[in-house]
Amino acid sequence: MAISRSEVEHVAKLARLKFSQEEIEEFTVQLSKIIDYVNKLNELDTENVEPTAHIVPIYNVFREDEVKPSMDRDKILMNALYKENGCFKVPKIIE
Amino acid sequence: MIGLEVHAELLTESKIFCSCTTKFGGEPNTHVCPVCLGLPGTLPVLNKKVVEYAVRAGLALNCTIANFSKMDRKNYFYPDLPKAYQISQYDLPLCSNGYVEIEVDGKVKKIGIKRIHIEEDAGKLLHENTDGSLVDYNRAGVPLIEIVSEPDMSTPEEAYQYLTKLKSILEYTEVSDCKMQEGSLRVDTNVSVRPVGSTELGTKIELKNLNSFKAVQKALEYEIKRQVKVLEEGGTIVQETRRWNESKGITEPMRTKEEAHDYRYFPEPDLVPIIVTDEWKEEIRKSLPEMPHHKRERFIAEYGLPEYDAKIITSSKKMADFFEKCVLEYDSPKAVSNWLMGEFSRLMNETGKEIDEVPVTPQMLAKLLKLIDNGVISGSIAKTVFEEMFGTGKEPEVVVEEKGLKQIANENELREIIKKVIAENPKSVEDYKNGKEKAMGFLVGQVMKATKGKANPQLTNQILKEELSK
Amino acid sequence: MELYSLTIHELRELLKKREVSALEVTKSYLERIKEVEPKIDALVTITEDFALQKAKEADEKIKKGEDTALTGIPVIIKDNISTEGIKTTCSSKMLENYIPPYNATVVEKLLEEGVIILGKSNLDEFAMGSSTENSAFKTTKNPWDLSRVPGGSSGGSAAAIAADEAAFALGSDTGGSIRQPASLCGVVGMKPTYGLVSRYGLVAFASSLDQIGPFTKDVTDCAIVLNTIIGHDPKDSTSLKIDKPDYTSYLKEDIKGLRIGVAKEFFGEGIEEGVKETVQESIKVLQNLGAEIIDISIPYVEYALPAYYIIASAEASSNLARYDGIRYGHIAEKYEDLIDMYMVTRSEGFGKEVKRRIMLGTYALSSGYYDAYYKKALKVRTLIKNDFEKAFEKCDVIIGPTSPTVAFKIGERANDPLAMYLADIYTVSVNIAGLPGISIPCGLSDGLPVGLQIIGRHFEEGKILNVAYAFEQANKFNAKPQAIGVQDNEVRSSDWLRGPCRTFDREQNLL
Repeated sequence: MAISRSEVEHVAKLARLKFSQEEIEEFTVQLSKIIDYVNKLNELDTENVEPTAHIVPIYNVFREDEVKPSMDRDKILMNALYKENGCFKVPKIIE
Repeated sequence: MIGLEVHAELLTESKIFCSCTTKFGGEPNTHVCPVCLGLPGTLPVLNKKVVEYAVRAGLALNCTIANFSKMDRKNYFYPDLPKAYQISQYDLPLCSNGYVEIEVDGKVKKIGIKRIHIEEDAGKLLHENTDGSLVDYNRAGVPLIEIVSEPDMSTPEEAYQYLTKLKSILEYTEVSDCKMQEGSLRVDTNVSVRPVGSTELGTKIELKNLNSFKAVQKALEYEIKRQVKVLEEGGTIVQETRRWNESKGITEPMRTKEEAHDYRYFPEPDLVPIIVTDEWKEEIRKSLPEMPHHKRERFIAEYGLPEYDAKIITSSKKMADFFEKCVLEYDSPKAVSNWLMGEFSRLMNETGKEIDEVPVTPQMLAKLLKLIDNGVISGSIAKTVFEEMFGTGKEPEVVVEEKGLKQIANENELREIIKKVIAENPKSVEDYKNGKEKAMGFLVGQVMKATKGKANPQLTNQILKEELSK
Repeated sequence: MELYSLTIHELRELLKKREVSALEVTKSYLERIKEVEPKIDALVTITEDFALQKAKEADEKIKKGEDTALTGIPVIIKDNISTEGIKTTCSSKMLENYIPPYNATVVEKLLEEGVIILGKSNLDEFAMGSSTENSAFKTTKNPWDLSRVPGGSSGGSAAAIAADEAAFALGSDTGGSIRQPASLCGVVGMKPTYGLVSRYGLVAFASSLDQIGPFTKDVTDCAIVLNTIIGHDPKDSTSLKIDKPDYTSYLKEDIKGLRIGVAKEFFGEGIEEGVKETVQESIKVLQNLGAEIIDISIPYVEYALPAYYIIASAEASSNLARYDGIRYGHIAEKYEDLIDMYMVTRSEGFGKEVKRRIMLGTYALSSGYYDAYYKKALKVRTLIKNDFEKAFEKCDVIIGPTSPTVAFKIGERANDPLAMYLADIYTVSVNIAGLPGISIPCGLSDGLPVGLQIIGRHFEEGKILNVAYAFEQANKFNAKPQAIGVQDNEVRSSDWLRGPCRTFDREQNLL
């Protein structure tokens, strides 16, 4: 297996996903297959190759520092299920 | 060894990636748009001023400005982070390898600045509600610079001096207003101790919840003592984040998070690289205002201020600006500096106000000083007038008029009062005539008392002498 | 001839001459949708009231002589493109009830021209898939054979155009999501150069690869739509400032002397014989038109698919992290604490394929693996980009099949992620290199459409359109999908088509 069960569990936690034991099994098998497949890239020597993060080489795209009206709060909040006093509401957080 | 991480909010009008205002306060979620709310499909566009301000700070802090820089995503889940990633900079920050000079016990020490990078602020969580926490995204997307020092400070005092100097420079360059009470300046620190002579690095402890520079200093003092004690007792320091408890004056361990952070940084595909050309850099350098130490030297040379005065007046740019504007109207620099360091500073400390929050303008202070020179009021009455100006913002002549504080400079009027004082104090008159110079002071005091301080001092002296020699 | 079967340029003629009104056109399409939709399930939302209102506005515009190239033309928009006030679900349970308070830039551009939005089309959840089977709501069927997939992820848009449910549609293409379904459904689909069309409002899957593009009934229409949707957008930092060409000026039959590259790598393992033959015949057609056919090689292209799955999944894992139910979208009802709320919400809201990619992407970016996977993939991206640059020194465009197979059976690859990924083998390299590519129908194999892919240099959409147009004129593709008829009286009377934005789901068995 290219990836272990415990690694799958760790990655799930990082990604904030919850799986049943069966799903963990299934993902371990499937991800292992996919990782084996993508490991094909290791056939290539890329030692002296620069990575390409942006395919079109442009830079310095800015906006001017100008204030424009924000959106109506009703619209900002309209898709939230839990809200109170103009705020989004989440479970109590103890800091 | 002490290292500091300072987050400063930049003084731009709009947010870093959208056009919402950066104004502090405002009803919750009213400074929010689809972009800073991270709605699906929205994209960031970088505010040019953010880059300029960061470069400005970098230049003022003697940094190397990166020719090629980029934005990265820092991924973590928290309700105050709408996209579940913070757009920040990882391996290619805008500025690096700078330093700040501080003075400790009369000696100059360089504190290294490892890097300065730009990033977006998160929203705010409100906890007053009983059955849940509330999220306000007004602050989400306000531009920040994070200034990371080298662990070059060896005492809490040095940390304090570093922060004071850093704040002064950020204010000088006008990139941040550095108001800790509004959260526009935030400090985290990490500290480790090691036995003298040891070259091994100690375990780093991170300290949080530091709400003032004094708190930083006190927390560090406490933490160093604590760590030394643990080591002396043969214990080991556990790497952790501790919280400064201001009221108890101690640091306490914070709840340890169950998982180690893994921010999964990667280049932000929605933003293109930043290239700061030499031309752009020079343009920004030219826009830099005079730095504190240059200003100090100039104030000594140009205004003839003593070094002590020059240092205090230039410690804040706003104070220095105030001084120069005032001197323009009233050409006696030392008198102006005396007032700024004296009454002005005393009242600012008492009220906790910054100089730009005080209603007294440089022109008003100049007018007040002219009133003294012209004999309209005495120096001591001037303090009363100033206090009123400080509280109400009224012009000095208005205060003088309203409160009837004008000096009695009418010779006949004053002579009548003095004659009365002489008549009432035969003993002192006797003493004076017997050569006791002190008696003169007493009699002047009596005249002032009778006039509620309004008597012109020179005239009073002159008439008194005349009358006593009769 | 029914109105709904016409192309944009044909409809525009009629509208301009005032022989038909936009309202009549719109009603014709709404009728057609009513007829065929129960069979193909291409749409997630139908915006009938909104469409009728817009049609009236379009007619006003035409009356005043203020009409432009797309005024009064009905469109269907992939449901991962934001439409203000109209649900944008990404075919995910996560966004089942999400109504954006803003329009994507492309939608703004279309509305300004007076385009009529008929509805939103089905897709693989968050555009992850190649068959539209990964939709949380329904599986779209291929109008050529209802037991087969329409391709994906823009399967709804492709099927809708093949079935004449709109004059054109918008889709998005991250690894082939426009071209592959266009190929499988026998319509024209183009992925423009990365940065040509604004991504603002396109719900991000893989930001460095995503591009919006059109589905049309012919090449001319493709050029017409492109004219409207391209252009620099100050809201998208990766959108480029270029002089806007008139793409219709490239619609010429003359391709004499044009150098067309044929890469052997695009005819490799896994290609169906019928597809291969049809494409090879198409190459002959182009040769007969005077084009010079040049054998080329793009050796690193075989690494495009694994590189793609790393880059796309990594970006997706970050782009999809925002779905926590707090500000919008599905939220769990039962959970223990904050972390649990995130986990339950996300596990309930996302489907399997989405979770699989989030897992792969999170893994590829996680501490200790970044260099081995993500950075490595970005380096391979450089190799592939260089490969294409070298190839384009020898030729003006590159052609080959869009997909190694014709439409496959529903369910055939559903349980084998890797087999499904192979459907994009000829299309992903184009996204990796940010190039423009089109798929045009070039014939049938076993009664199912085969697509010809034409790839160009950055910003040379014009050249692609030139070749595509010349081919289309020489080799008219007149076949129509037979699996959906024009009869089907039994659904006529039903009133299931009411409301401004109705969402269909599996429970409502409309057939």
